[in-house]
Amino acid sequence: MSYVTALRCRECAREYPAEALHVCDHCFGPLEVVYDYEAVSANLSRSQIAVGPQTIWRYGPLLPVSDPAPIDLGTGLTPLVRADRLAAELGLGELWVKNDTANPTGSFKDRVVSVALTKAREPGFKVAACASTGNLANSMAAHAARAGMVSVVFIPKDLERAKVVSTAVYGGHVVAVEGTYDNVNRLCAELASEHPAWAFVNVNLRTYYAEGSKTLAFEVAEQLGWQAPDHVVVPVASGSQLTKVARGFRELYEVGLLEEEPHVRISGAQAAGCAPVATAFAEGADAIRPVQPDTIAKSLAIGDPADGWYALHKVRSSGGAFAVASDDEIVRAIRLLARTEGIFAETAGGVTVAALVKLAAEGVIRQDERVVVYVTGHGLKTVEALVSLRPTATIAPSLDAFEAAVDVDGDLHRGDR
Amino acid sequence: MSVTVRVPAQLRTLTGGVAEVSLEGSTVEEVLKALEVAHCGFTDRLFDDDGGLRRFVNLFLDDEDVRFLHALSTPVTDGQTLSIVPAVAGG
Repeated sequence: MSYVTALRCRECAREYPAEALHVCDHCFGPLEVVYDYEAVSANLSRSQIAVGPQTIWRYGPLLPVSDPAPIDLGTGLTPLVRADRLAAELGLGELWVKNDTANPTGSFKDRVVSVALTKAREPGFKVAACASTGNLANSMAAHAARAGMVSVVFIPKDLERAKVVSTAVYGGHVVAVEGTYDNVNRLCAELASEHPAWAFVNVNLRTYYAEGSKTLAFEVAEQLGWQAPDHVVVPVASGSQLTKVARGFRELYEVGLLEEEPHVRISGAQAAGCAPVATAFAEGADAIRPVQPDTIAKSLAIGDPADGWYALHKVRSSGGAFAVASDDEIVRAIRLLARTEGIFAETAGGVTVAALVKLAAEGVIRQDERVVVYVTGHGLKTVEALVSLRPTATIAPSLDAFEAAVDVDGDLHRGDR
Repeated sequence: MSVTVRVPAQLRTLTGGVAEVSLEGSTVEEVLKALEVAHCGFTDRLFDDDGGLRRFVNLFLDDEDVRFLHALSTPVTDGQTLSIVPAVAGG
C-alpha cells in the first residue's frame, strides 16, 4: 500500500491530492510528497527491509507508489566501497565511495526513472518523455522499453556520442535540440503544458521522480549497519539529488530506522564552468543567478537549477560547503579514483571526487569524519574526456621489445600502483 | 508594440483556457501590467508580496531568459513572444 497522504508546496504549503502535478498552481513552487510516517513506522522494520528485494524497492513504503510490480531493471543496492587507498592520498580517515555507476544503465538516474514511470503507469500514461543531459535519457529510454511505453527523449545537440547511442538503442524517439540543457528544459516545460497526457518524468512527474534519489541515502545508511555518515559529498546539477539525499537520512530517523537523529554534513560539487549554486554559496548570496554552462561535465551542465535554492540552503544549514572543479581537475580526479579504487566515473564523478580532494585539502572534511562520496555515473559514457589515454607502449610481438618498453619492476619499487 | 504572451497550463484558468494573449507594451513589465488588466489575477500569481518576480517563475523573451537581458525592464519589440514558464523542471 501507499503511505502518501498529499503533495505539499515547499513555498506556500498549499496541499494537493497525490496526482501528476509538479508545481503549485498558486505560486509555481515545487511540490513535495507527504507521507504518513507513523503508518510507515508501524509497517517497516530493518528486518523486513533485509528480506526485501535486492533493489530500491526494498524501501517501498518510503517511495510514492504502491505498485507491487514496479517497472524495474534491477536498480539499486549498488556497492558502498571502503576507499582506503584514496583516503590515504587525501589524508582522510574513513572514506567510502557509493558506486552508483553499477546501476543497470550506468547511473543513479535508474532510481528516479523506476519510481517515476511506475507512478506514470497508475493513471495510465502511455508516453514517457524527459529533458536530459544524457544519463536520464539512457535510463528513461530503457525503462520505457521495458514498460512498453512510447519514449520521447529530448537532449542538447552536443551530447557525448555514447549517451546518444545508449539512448537510441532502445528504439524510442531521441530529439536533439539546438542549444543548452536549459533550452531543452524550457521546451519540455512548455511541451508538458501542451501534452498533459504525456509523462514528462522530470517535469509533470518530477515530484515523484525526485523521490527516487532518497534511496541513495537509504542504502548508504543500511550498508553502514543502519548508521548515517558524518559527511557526504554530492554532485549538484538541478540540486534535486542533494536535497533528496538529505531528506532520505532524515526520513529514516522519522520512521525509526535510525535510532539517533542524523547530523550529516552535506557538501556539494559543481563544475567551475557551471557553478551557479557554488557561486551563491561562496558569495553568501540568497538568490541563484543562472549561468551559461561551459564544462566537460555535461551531465551537471544545468545553468538554471530548479532546486538550486534548496540545495544551497541544505548545504549551509548542515555545515557543509561547496567546491568547484575545472575541466583539468575533473580529468585528474577521474584518473585518481580509477587509479586508487578501480572505479571508472564519468565527468560528473570527476567533479565530485575533485570536490572531495579540495574539501579535504581545505580541512572542511575532517580526518575524524566518516565520509561518503557519491559517484553517480559510469566513465564509459564520457570517454571523450580522456581521449589522450593511449596504450602505455605499442611494441613488436617479441620479448625484447616488451622488456625494452615496459618497466613493471620499476612500478613495484616505486610502490605507486 | 504588440507582443504575444504564452501562458502555461497552470495559469490558463485566468485566461479562460487560452494559451496565447496578444498585448501592447514597450517593456516586459508593461506587457505584464497589460496582461493583468486584460486578465485579472496574474500579478498575484507571478509576483510575491514584495513585488518581486516569484522564485519559481521564468520569463523568456523569444529564446532568451530575461534574467540574461534586463529582467523586467527589458525592452520588447513588435512581434516578439514573451513566455511564462514554471521554473521547476529538469535535472
